[in-house]
Amino acid sequence: MAETTTPNAGAAPGASRLGRLPGSFQALGNRALEFFDYVGGVSVLFSQTIAWIFVPPLKWSQIAIQMFRIGVQSLPVVALISVFIGMVLAFQSAYQMQRFSAEIYIASLVALSIVREIGPVITALIVAGRVGASIAAELGTMKVTEQIDALETLAANPVRYLVVPRFIATVVMLFILTCYADLIGIMGGFLVGVLKLDISPRLYWRMTVEPLHAKDVMTGLLKSLSFAIIICVISCYEGFRTEGGAEGVGRSTTLAVVTSFIMIIAADCLFTALFYFT
Amino acid sequence: MIEVINLTKSFGDHLVLDGANLTIKTGETMVIIGSSGCGKSVLLKHLIGLLRPDTGQVLVDGEDITRLRGKELDRLRLKFGMLFQGAALFDSMTVAENVGFALTEHTSLDRATVLSRVSECLQLVGLEGIEALYPAALSGGMRKRVGLARALAMNPEIILYDEPTTGIDPIMGDIINDLIIELRDRLKVTSVCVTHDMKSADKIADRIAMLYRGKIIEVGTPLELEQTANPVVRQFIAGDAVGPITEGMEFGHVTRRR
Ligand SMILES: Nc1ncnc2c1ncn2[C@@H]1O[C@H](COP(=O)(O)OP(=O)(O)OP(=O)(O)O)[C@@H](O)[C@H]1O
Ligand SMILES: [Mg+2]
Repeated sequence: MAETTTPNAGAAPGASRLGRLPGSFQALGNRALEFFDYVGGVSVLFSQTIAWIFVPPLKWSQIAIQMFRIGVQSLPVVALISVFIGMVLAFQSAYQMQRFSAEIYIASLVALSIVREIGPVITALIVAGRVGASIAAELGTMKVTEQIDALETLAANPVRYLVVPRFIATVVMLFILTCYADLIGIMGGFLVGVLKLDISPRLYWRMTVEPLHAKDVMTGLLKSLSFAIIICVISCYEGFRTEGGAEGVGRSTTLAVVTSFIMIIAADCLFTALFYFT
Repeated sequence: MIEVINLTKSFGDHLVLDGANLTIKTGETMVIIGSSGCGKSVLLKHLIGLLRPDTGQVLVDGEDITRLRGKELDRLRLKFGMLFQGAALFDSMTVAENVGFALTEHTSLDRATVLSRVSECLQLVGLEGIEALYPAALSGGMRKRVGLARALAMNPEIILYDEPTTGIDPIMGDIINDLIIELRDRLKVTSVCVTHDMKSADKIADRIAMLYRGKIIEVGTPLELEQTANPVVRQFIAGDAVGPITEGMEFGHVTRRR
C-alpha cells in the first residue's frame, strides 16, 4: 500500500518537466499538479476503501468504537444546533410570510429547507469539525510515530485496519445523525410556530408533512451519504500523508477540516442544482 | 539470504542511499553501524519493503521485495519481525494486544494460547505483568522491549532491530544482546541490527557493515574491522572526535524508571 502512505511521490517528475517555464507559470503548473496529485490520491484511497469493505472479516469491535465516537458523542451538539436552526428558520420565514398573511406556510418552508438542505449540511459540517479533525489527528500521529509502518510490517493493511471501520461508522452515523437533525430542526420550528405565532399544532403538523415527498427526504439523505464519504476519505488521506512531527499533525488536522468544509459545500451546491433540474 | 543490490534512495534533493550493496547470509547476525542520520533506518526499512528504492533491488531469499505488492508482500513480511527505533507501539491497544497483534490476525490460535505466547515473549525481554497497561504508561526503554516482544511473537526467520539497546540501561542492554545471540544459535534466526553501541556490536555481530555517505564502505568480522586500514571506519570504531567523520554516540543510556 505504498500508494496510500506516500501519496506525494507522483509530483516530482512532473514538476521538473515544467522547469523551463517562467516563474509564475511554473508556480501555476506546480499548483495544478499538486491538485491533480491530491485528487488522484484521494480517489485511490476511496477505491481501496470500497474494495476492502468487501473483504471479510470486518472489524466489528473497531466499527462499534468508531460509531460511538463519531455518532453518539456528536448527538448533543447536533441536537442543540438543529433546534436553534429550526427556530431561526421559523422566525425568519415568519418575518416575510406575515406580510402576506401566509403564516401557515411557515411550517412547509421550515420542513422543506431542513430536510433538503440545512439538516444534511449542518450535520455534515459539525461532524467534519469534530470527527474529521480527530481522525486526521489520530492517523497523523500514528504516521509520524511509525505506527502505520508497524502495521505494515505485521502484514496488516492500514486501509483495512484504520480506514474501513471509520468509513463504515461515518456513513452509518452521519445518516442517523441527519435524520435526527431533521426531526429536531422541525421541532424547533414547531415550537416557534405554535408558541409564538399561534398556529395550531394540528395545522402546523399537517403543513409540515403534506409538502414533504419521499424524494425530498431521499435527496437529503443521499447528500448525507456523499458528505460522509467526503469527511472520512479526506480526513484519513490527510492523516496518512502527515509528515514532520507534532507540527505536521496540526497542519493535517486543519487541512482535513478546511478541505472537508469546502468539499461539502461544493458537493451540496452540485447536488442541489442536479435535483433542481431533475 | 538478503541481498541488497545497488540501492539508491533520495528524499527530494537529499540523497540518502547512493548505491548500497550488502549481502546478509541466512542465520548470521549482521550489524550495521554509521553516523547519526546517515541512513541506517532508511536502509532497514528497505529490507522489509516499507520504503521503495529509486533504483536497485532487495532480494529476500531470491525474491525482489521492492517489486512485490499486496498479498505477496504480506506473505514475505510475515517472515520478518521488526523493532522500530521509536518502538512504534499502537497507542490505542494494550501491551498484550500489541504483542499478540500478528498472532490474532494471522493465526487461528484461541485467546488463551495467544495470551500465554504474549507473556512468554514479554518474559524473553525481561518484562512481566504489564499486559494490561497501555503504551503511554510505559517508559521509553520498556516500550522498546515491548516492541521487541512484538517482533518476536510470530517466531520470525529474520529480525530487524533498529537500535535495540539505545535508551536501555547497560544490564538490560546486555540481556538483549544475549537474547539476540540465543535467537541465532537456537532458532537460526537471521538478524540485521542497527546500533551505535560498539560494545554490543562486537558482542553480537558475526559481521559488521559500515554505512557512510550512502554506501556500505566496509564489511567484515568485528576482528577484521578493528584492524582495518580505512580511516573512516577506524575513526568511527575508536569514537574519535577528530577524523574524516563526525558522529554522535549514545551509550547504555538509562531513561527508564521501574
Ligand atoms: N520519510 C522521510 N522523508 C524525508 N527525509 C527522510 C525520511 N526518512 C529519513 N529521511 C532522511 O534520511 C536521512 C537518514 O535518516 P535515518 O533515519 O535513516 O538516519 P539513521 O542513520 O537511522 O540515524 P540515527 O542513527 O540517528 O537513527 C536523514 O537525513 C533524514 O532526514
Ligand atoms: Mg535510525
